[in-house]
Amino acid sequence: MSTESNPWATGSDDTGAAESTASNPWGGAASTQNSDAMSMSASGTPVEQTDFSLLHPFQEVWIPLDSWIETGVDWVVTNFRPFFTAVKAPVDATLTAIDSTFNAAPPLLVIVLFGLIAWQLSGRRLAIGSVVGLITLGAIGAWQESMTTLALVVTSVLFCIVLGIPTGIAMARSDRAAKVIRPILDIMQTTPAFVYLVPIVMLFGIGNVPGVIVTIIFAVAPVIRLTNLGIRQVPSDLIEAANSFGADNKQMLFKVQLPLAMPTIMAGVNQTLMLGLSMVVIASMISVGGLGLMVLRGIGRLDIGLATIGGIGIVILAVILDRMTQSLGQDARQRGTRHWYETGPIGLLLAFKK
Amino acid sequence: MVTKLEVKNLYKIFGEHPKKALKMLDKGINKDEIFKKTGQTVGVKNASLAINEGEIFVVMGLSGSGKSTLVRLLNRLIEPTQGQVLIDGHDITKVDDKELRDIRRSKISMVFQSFALMPHMNVLDNTAFGLELSGIDVQERHEKARNALAQVGLESHANSYPDELSGGMQQRVGLARALTNNPDILLMDEAFSALDPLIRTEMQDELVRLQSEHQRTVVFISHDLDEAMRIGDRIAIMQGGEVVQVGTPDDILHNPANDYVRSFFKGVDVSNVFHAKDIVSKSRLTLIKKDSSEGLRSGLQLLNEHDRDYGYVIDKSNRFLGVVSANSLHDVIKNKQTLAEAIIDDIQPIAADTSIGEIISIVAHSPCAVPVVDDQQKYVGVISKARLLETLDKEASV
Repeated sequence: MSTESNPWATGSDDTGAAESTASNPWGGAASTQNSDAMSMSASGTPVEQTDFSLLHPFQEVWIPLDSWIETGVDWVVTNFRPFFTAVKAPVDATLTAIDSTFNAAPPLLVIVLFGLIAWQLSGRRLAIGSVVGLITLGAIGAWQESMTTLALVVTSVLFCIVLGIPTGIAMARSDRAAKVIRPILDIMQTTPAFVYLVPIVMLFGIGNVPGVIVTIIFAVAPVIRLTNLGIRQVPSDLIEAANSFGADNKQMLFKVQLPLAMPTIMAGVNQTLMLGLSMVVIASMISVGGLGLMVLRGIGRLDIGLATIGGIGIVILAVILDRMTQSLGQDARQRGTRHWYETGPIGLLLAFKK
Repeated sequence: MVTKLEVKNLYKIFGEHPKKALKMLDKGINKDEIFKKTGQTVGVKNASLAINEGEIFVVMGLSGSGKSTLVRLLNRLIEPTQGQVLIDGHDITKVDDKELRDIRRSKISMVFQSFALMPHMNVLDNTAFGLELSGIDVQERHEKARNALAQVGLESHANSYPDELSGGMQQRVGLARALTNNPDILLMDEAFSALDPLIRTEMQDELVRLQSEHQRTVVFISHDLDEAMRIGDRIAIMQGGEVVQVGTPDDILHNPANDYVRSFFKGVDVSNVFHAKDIVSKSRLTLIKKDSSEGLRSGLQLLNEHDRDYGYVIDKSNRFLGVVSANSLHDVIKNKQTLAEAIIDDIQPIAADTSIGEIISIVAHSPCAVPVVDDQQKYVGVISKARLLETLDKEASV
């Protein structure tokens, strides 16, 4: 089934199909044509061939799940098209904006900006590291692809945060919501990355926007879980104290729970970012551009050089983004200063002003 | 005395089916049996208290006696199952959430055993937390918070974070936070129990001092009888969720309601509980009244008759004048001097409300039984070495 919806279907897939038909003892010449014919012939065979053997019961398909799903998806796609376009629209708009910004900006500006952000968030070491890393990216000829991948990841993580943190808060506040959402998250996390691609392609088609959507679905779970956990782990005596001073729900959330849960939530954002990066790479199979596509092309053409460049680019991006978001989880005092604005470039600027 | 806070027939049952447990309680079934049969825990059972305005009211009990539950019922951090909590005659068990928040913001503050300071806020913001919740703007609340910090002597630490302070300082911040709202009622849930004994005493003194500056109604939860005796105007003793006795420290010490209450006093440091006036003896010793006529000879004779070495001189209105000895009287008579010169300067009277711990060395070093006077210099009685020993011995025998 998947070979049909896979735009990358090439000769290798054909040979796979041929193999499977060859190994099918019931496979007549007609059954190789298409899936409908195959399922038809599968359901038709028992009538013609009466030698059903208990020893080999699975030589025929009992439940034609594939054709059911196909009809189901067809029905969903035709009847809910407005819904899917509505889902795509905000993702599309955000992605286009971020992607064109990253790609249009002069590389030098991007490098400097990244260095400054890294300096502010973490320190001089990471700043130097990320500047060197980004220069390497450009030097090995992966700049354009890196920026595309970065735009995809940033868009996905943005949506993950916007969707995930409120969901996590809802889970923390209501046990019933938690009971409903938790199994959904379990399913989302246990489903292998590859398997997501199938329904997404069916419902949203191929390209960067479906790529971002699949990444959001794949990567949103950690930020939801850790937001929930962070809020639930706020010490009960602090909750009680806030209550005793007359905090309402909103004050409780914004003045007590969220600030105290912030390190945990940031750990969730970090995890989401890492998952997002890995998914953006896998999503190159549904025609998503960027570093992942370099790797995929390299493998497809046995071009080891191209694949390696893509791989190195991904690793460099991953390390930079990971370090940056990890330091978000610490507050300024853990890094030895009172306030975040006392260090980094802003601290320097303020010191100059005085 | 105006009743500030009143608790009427208050019950708290923890569990899914409180009604069932309530019915069983009415039938007189005890709490362990109710737990065995229904799984419901009786937290507080039929508690009734009337707490006066401006007093420090201590609720005492061992752990599990329901005292922490009781104090949380007062500001509804725990919802009562049945009964009334009246603040100024207004039943807060009936108010809606908004009104309850207003009451918590303005009338009633709480200090916690675990301090419960917000780790992400500095001391000043922590202190201003209650006002922040009431929506007071930054400048005003910081100013009030600074005042409160000054009251507890921590204004210099306004920019520190809680984890940079010692336990005692953290609890001062907790106290300042509760005071910033300027509440009528202060609930203190084992507020000083997590502190070491020295700091605890210091904090108790602090509380009493604050109380002398501004009279609030304080409900103080404690498991420490020394603490309760030290700061409490009145004490309620809880056992198994019930209030078994309410009274002044003296009442409870002298007339314990049952063995449970009595058992509290085992190991209590009597020297802090009793005062000089509690152990004076009034009889047995000769008094010489000072008339217009000096009566020196008659005095000496009186001492000799009763075989005493010392006499305690008071005037007609019972004011204490001093101590004379048979020897000093004898000398005065020989030299034809007045009674005033016979008084021995070395022996000074003790104030009636001095605790016994403080008078031990005075009594030990005095040649005679030490006289005790009240705050108007009126003679109350004397404390002899034997009497003091006897009292201290009670500590072991009670």
